[in-house]
This record gives sequence, structure tokens and C-alpha cells, in this order.
Amino acid sequence: MSKKNHKTLLHCTVNGREHDDVVDDNTLLVDYLRESLGLTGTKIGCDGGECGCCTVLVDGQPRHACLTLAATCTDKDIVTIEALEVQGRLSALQRGFHEKLGAQCGFCTPGMIMAAEGLLRENPDPSEEDIRQGLAANICRCTGYVKIIESVQYAAAELKRTGKEVAA
Amino acid sequence: MNEIKPTRTIGVPQPLVDGPEKVSGKALYSADFLPNNCLVGRIFRSPVAHAEIIRLDISAAEALPGVRGIITGEDCDEPYGVLPIARFEYPMARDKVRYRGEPLACVAAVDVETAQKALDLIKFEYRELPAYFTSSDAMSEDAIDLHDHRPGNIEREVDYEIGDVDSALKDADMVLEETYNCPEICQVQTEPHAAIAEYDAERDYMTVRASTQVPFYVHIMLAKTLKMDQSQIRVIKPHIGGGFGCRTECLNVELMCALVARKAKGTVRLVVSREETFITHRGRPETDVKMKIGVKKDGTITAVDFQVIQRGGGYSGYGVVTILYAGSLVFGVYNFENARYKGLRVLTNTPPPGAMRGHGTVGVRYAFEALIDEISHRLKMDPIEFRRRNFLSAPTFTANDLMINSYGLPECLDWVEKESDWKTKKGNLGPYRGIGVAASHYLSGASKSVNWTGEPHATIHLKLDWDASITLLTGAPEIGQGSTTVITQCVAEVLGLDMTRIQSVTSDSKVTPKDNGAYSSRITFMVGNAAINAANNLKQVLIEAAARKLDCKPEDVECLGEVYRAASQDEGMTFEEVVLAALEGSGTITVKGNYDTIPESHGTKKYRGGAIGGSMAYAYSAQVVEVTVDPETAQVTVDKVWVAQDVGKALNPLSCEGQIQGSVWMGMGQAISEETVYHKGLGISGSMLDYRVPSFIESPPIEVGIIESIDPHGPFGAKEAGETSLSSFIPALTNAVADAVGVRPIDLPVTPDKLMELIEKRESGQKAAIK
Repeated sequence: MSKKNHKTLLHCTVNGREHDDVVDDNTLLVDYLRESLGLTGTKIGCDGGECGCCTVLVDGQPRHACLTLAATCTDKDIVTIEALEVQGRLSALQRGFHEKLGAQCGFCTPGMIMAAEGLLRENPDPSEEDIRQGLAANICRCTGYVKIIESVQYAAAELKRTGKEVAA
Repeated sequence: MNEIKPTRTIGVPQPLVDGPEKVSGKALYSADFLPNNCLVGRIFRSPVAHAEIIRLDISAAEALPGVRGIITGEDCDEPYGVLPIARFEYPMARDKVRYRGEPLACVAAVDVETAQKALDLIKFEYRELPAYFTSSDAMSEDAIDLHDHRPGNIEREVDYEIGDVDSALKDADMVLEETYNCPEICQVQTEPHAAIAEYDAERDYMTVRASTQVPFYVHIMLAKTLKMDQSQIRVIKPHIGGGFGCRTECLNVELMCALVARKAKGTVRLVVSREETFITHRGRPETDVKMKIGVKKDGTITAVDFQVIQRGGGYSGYGVVTILYAGSLVFGVYNFENARYKGLRVLTNTPPPGAMRGHGTVGVRYAFEALIDEISHRLKMDPIEFRRRNFLSAPTFTANDLMINSYGLPECLDWVEKESDWKTKKGNLGPYRGIGVAASHYLSGASKSVNWTGEPHATIHLKLDWDASITLLTGAPEIGQGSTTVITQCVAEVLGLDMTRIQSVTSDSKVTPKDNGAYSSRITFMVGNAAINAANNLKQVLIEAAARKLDCKPEDVECLGEVYRAASQDEGMTFEEVVLAALEGSGTITVKGNYDTIPESHGTKKYRGGAIGGSMAYAYSAQVVEVTVDPETAQVTVDKVWVAQDVGKALNPLSCEGQIQGSVWMGMGQAISEETVYHKGLGISGSMLDYRVPSFIESPPIEVGIIESIDPHGPFGAKEAGETSLSSFIPALTNAVADAVGVRPIDLPVTPDKLMELIEKRESGQKAAIK
């Protein structure tokens, strides 16, 4: 029973907000985000590390939240899909996925966008091959990936045009 | 004054109306509902593939603190199923288990750990029975029957002969035959199955949210299995993470969720794992196709003689329909008069397949297109030219009475031939590189629904209120295919309004009109037509109101979307003014629109089950696939795909492209890597790593050409866009591989080991010949 599990006081920042929460040592980051913080934008599509739907940024790096123990995120900065909007408007990446139909059913989309966010932070001008490599851990079953690549290219071009950083 | 024009939305690329929610993480899917007092559901599944249930002891599990309810087969003696003629499955097994992983019990507990512990305390005693994992084993003479009412483990046998096949084969100059094996395929939609059931014990009222393509069927089956009044049930479909057919029938997940919620007198959230989603299955059955085709020297097809065996799993599901589709839809792509079909749907001790994208047609289309490629090769005829010799001429009826009013296949083939630079490339790409072509079709909604009630095929409500906004009420399940967007477009187009005036409310059985569901590519065609009908009815109301105010005849009112006026000089009335005029004396207005198919589209009476395959319109596709084969490993790389689909009219060209690319790519997975594998009934491909869905790395660029044949019955001429292009990828790929390496892959998927074996066999054959 959970009462008997060893616990850790987790101090972390999620989407710019500091949290101090007691978590079971075996709590996965994805469950912490979804069930404790109510951030259900991060999805679970598999039984662990297969689909990439739960991708979030941990200290700027894309991570599978389903393969990350929440307790290991002490003092880490976590960013989820809910934090990408800029003043209530879609970010360049989100707009790309919307306008270019990078999202059909939308279930892989939060993870896909977070993986792309990590990619664009590292490499603001990725080639098609860079995008393929950068998102290779994320599975989409609707698009055949073609329009996802176009969505990321749209965002990269848009950021270049406006001279903004990806997480502006 | 600026010229006032109605807003046009049809034919203009439209991002999805629910896109912003999806890209921002705000869209709520079934598993995202997390009420505080919610119980956790977990399923106890059979560890064996075929056994008699002796005892299922849940007493220790029930006594565990934190367990709020456990249900077993004892709690539900009502079978469920999509076809009224084939309902033999229970939410949890009762007398026997018939596949490994079949549900036996479902626990509701306060948390995951307790639910899991309760499962560990359930004791299952059983007597194992011989189990059959292949169609041939299940049909062997000494096999025992899985179901008493299905002797010989035959779920359904279909036999027809149309024309005179034997004499047509005799008349042929060349007859070729081959047997193809297509493995079992899973949809692997990214969202695992999930349901949340809220039981109100005070009112004896059940609310279920579930990941389904068919909320209406779920509603019917909930009432049946719970033995509750249909009026005391509410089914809501939240956002859905894809379906591709596995959710086109009510699944045991939502039924168990509701049953255990009632038992626990509370709210239960049942989210199954990816592995359990594979076990729940309802994908494409393993299919063996024996295909024989006779042709004249000039390439015209004289006869088709084919047999199909589908491994149907432990229960019926859509099986009868799948084996009928496999037979009927051999027709409709090319012109021939003689065909003979024998189809066998077999019951086996594996999870039951269902209706997957391209339902029933994929294996047969693969076999057909692969075999005619070999035939044209032997005739020394270009395979595109061969296909041209066999075109239908629309409008027409096929020999099995499929009604074809629009036929854009010739234009599709022209497009891919030109864009791929086919004539230059064919046979000239150099060693280990090749190019292949194939064609396919699919229906735009099944003309006869499986649950025939006498109601129209589709109904739309439009609510117009004082704020001059229109609320579109539709039961049509948006599952990511863009159906809500296309229905909104249809309404906006008729009224000449911007789409932002229209907000939609979808798939809530207590609010929206009933809809049969998202399957057989019916929504754009049927619900789109209903939406046009509803919008025209609303427009008439508005025109009559404007006429009263403008003091003219309704026929003299010109509707310009935001302005209604009596004559072109008149300033007219704004939309808001017209709405208020319309509401005078009547209050809030709700109009409806319906759609029904015509009897001519209902298929053939030439054989039993001939209605399956009948549709109001068929979409067509042609594609060219270019590949490279690694000489060392025999790994096939798809370099590029050119695909053209006749969608009738591209209502939303952006969505059409996305759907076509998605279909092509899903066909690619089936062609090169996907395969559901069992070891003694145990699924050993039950993860997204072991079941090889293509990743970004091996997925090619897919160039799309949209052909518009403008179907006379389609909404603005539209036909289906989301299924047609799947099946032709597979033969186009094997045809390309044959062009690249000179041997023709027969069995799917074309994995390196299989292809290497074929190449080595040919090489040793050549060496032997040289000796």
C-alpha cells in the first residue's frame, strides 16, 4: 500500500511554478504531473518508453516522463505542453502543428511538440534529417510524419522571421 | 460600399476546428478525467488460450481493504456484439475462455496498488482444452468447436459465382495463380483504451465517457449488458486518440467499467495498458488469399477466381462483415464480369480482430494488384497501361451491382505516372532500386447500416439563438479525422458565413442527435449531406424572416452570408437583424437535416450478404512507390511515394492530404514491418517496440495529388478520403521490390530475412542453371 512506500520531499519547478510535494519514491514523473498537478496535457500512450507521448523538458532536455522517477527531479526545471502558450496565444510550434495539420487525433501531439521544442532550443535551424532524428523517439499513428516535419519547419521559419527564441 | 460576398470555406485548406485544444494540451481524452473520488479499475485476464472455467474464487480479493467491487462473468449474462446475428461474447468470460488475455473479472479499488493486489488474490481454476492458433488447425477434422453453434469453427462461409468463371478462364490467353499471406495487423492508435463510468445509485443512472468511435453502439450495449433502461444511460465521447477501426464496436473495456462502477456504487476509471490494448485487438485478421486471374493477350481481365481465409479469433466481432467485404470489393476498381469467391472466417484461440482501415479489402487488393503486376510483366506490358485496358466507365454498375457514378482512377494513374517520372524510371533505376505501381478503392459509407432501425443514416441539428451564433449538434464522432471541421464547413458554406459563427457540440447522447459512428468512411459523405440539408433548412427560415421584414417574396431575398437583401441596390439586413426577425414569435430555433442512401446503392441480391460493399460512392487511389534494397541486408527503404486519390471534391484539401498520407504510411507499416505474433496464444508483439510501427527514420516523403471527380451524390461532390490509399501501398511496394531485385515478395511483411531468403533462392537457382 502506498502509505508504507518510502517517500521523498520533491522540490522542483514545473512550468515556472515552484512545488514542494511529498512523493512516493516509485512515483513516475508522468503520474506526478497528471495526477498530483492535474497537468493532463502530458499523455501516456504505452507501457514505458515506447511511444514518446509523455515527453516533457527536464532542464531543457526532452525526457520520457514515464521513464523518469519524480523523486529524481529535485531542483529540476520541468516544462510541459501547458506552458508553451505565449500570453494565451499558441507558440510558433503549436501554431505550426495547428496550421500545418501536424496534429490529427492530437494524442501524440503534446509529446511531439515538447520533443520539437527541445530540438529547436538546441538547433533553431534544423534540416529535415535533423527533425527526423530529433523526433525519432516519438510515434505518431495518424500523419505518416509528413505534416509534422512541415509543422516544425514552419515554426523554425517563423522564429527566424520574428527573431524570437523558441521559448519566447 | 464594399461588395458583399458570402464567405467560401469549401475547397479551402482549413486547420481543424479543435486544433488549438490539441496543440495546447487542453484537449481532454478519456484518461484525462481524474475526479477526486474516483476508483481505479483493473482487469483479471485468462492465463490460458482455451479452457473450461471450473471456479473463479474472488473471496480473498473481495475481503481486501480498499477493494470496492469485483465483477466476474457471473455478473453479466447478456452477450454483446456489433452484429445482431453474431452476439456471443460476454464482457467477461462465463463458461469458457477462448483466448489468452480474455477478461474474467474486473476490480474497482481505491488505488492502483490495491487493485493490483486484489488481482493477485483471485484464484482461477480451469480445465485446459486443445487450443488452435492458426486457421488450418482450427479447421482440422479432429478440432473441437470453440462455440457449440459454430460447427467446424467456421464463423461464416461465403460463396458466390458471378458470370461463368470456368469458361472465362478457358477463354483467357494467360492464367496466373498465387497464394499470399497477410499477417494480423493492429491499429496501434496512440491512445490506449480508456473509460470512465459514473454510476448514480440514487437515480440508477449511468454516465460513461469512453474512447470509442461508436458512442451510439456503446449506449445500446451498455443498456443490454447492464439491463438498464436506455434512457437512464448517457454516453459522452471526449477527445479520442485515433481509432482506425478498433473502436468501431463496443469493447469490453467500457462495459466492464460500467458494470464494476455499478457494483461499487461509484465512479470508476478503467485505463488499460498498451499490452491490453493489443489484446483487446479488433485489428485486421491474418488473411490468406489464393488469387487466380485470367487475361487476354491485350491485357483485358476475363475472370477472377479467389479464396480468402481469415483467422477470426475467439469471437465474431465484425467477422461476418469482414469476410463479405473481402468478396464484394474485388469489384469496383476494374471492369470484369466473371468472378468466383469462397471466403472462410475461422474461429481460433486468439484475440478477435475487427474492422481496420480499409476493412476487408486490404489482403484481396494486395493479392490482386501484385498478381496483375506479374501478369503485365509476363505480357511485356507496362503495368499502368495494363490497368488502363481494364478501366470501368462511369456511371455504371459492376457485375455485383456496386453503383459507381464517379471514377477518377484514370486521372489518378495519369498523375502518379507523370509526377513520379514513371516512364523514365521504370526498369532503369539501376541495381537494387525499383519502382512499382498499384491502385485501390474504398467506399464512402456502407449504404445499409448494420443496425437497421428505419431512421435516416445521419441527422444534424442546428440551433440558432438570439446571439446570432449557430450551434451545430452532431453525434458524429470526431476521432482525429477532422469530421467536425468538415461538417462545420458544410454548414458555413451553405449559409455563406465564416466558420467562426458556428460552434459545435459533438457526441453526447443526451444532447446531440444519434449518429451511427465513425466507420466505413461514412461521416463526410452521410453526415456532410445531412449538414447541407440542415443548413439549407435554416437558410430557408432566415430568408423567410428577411422577406417579412423587407416586405418582399422569399424568392426575391438574396442571401450573402452576413447580409440578406431584397435587391442588389438594397442595403438589406445584417445577419444579426435577420436572426432576431426569425426568432420573433418563435424563440430559439432548432432545425434539422437528414441524409438517406438510395436503394440503387444497396449492393447485390445475387448472393447472401451481397449488401455488404454497397455504397453511395467509391473513392479511387493510385500510387507509385520507389524503393532501394540493401544488397547486404535485404532491408527495403522506401525512398518516395507519389499518391493520387480521387476524393470526389476536396472539401478540406489540408485534411484530405493528411488523411491520404496517413493511409499510405499505415499501408507501409503493414508492407514492411508490422505483424502481430503469438506464441501458443501469448501475444509476443504487445508493445510498440516489438510491434514495429514505422518511426520518423524509415518514413518516406509522400507527395499527394488530389483528383476531383465530383460525385453527383456527394456533399459538394465529395467522397471518402481516409481509407482508400492504404491498400494500394502494399502491392506498389512489392511490385517495386520485384523491379529492384527481380524476385517478388509474396508473404507480408517484406522483412529483410524473408526477402534475403527469396534473393538467395533465386541466386542459387541461377548458379544451378549455369552449372
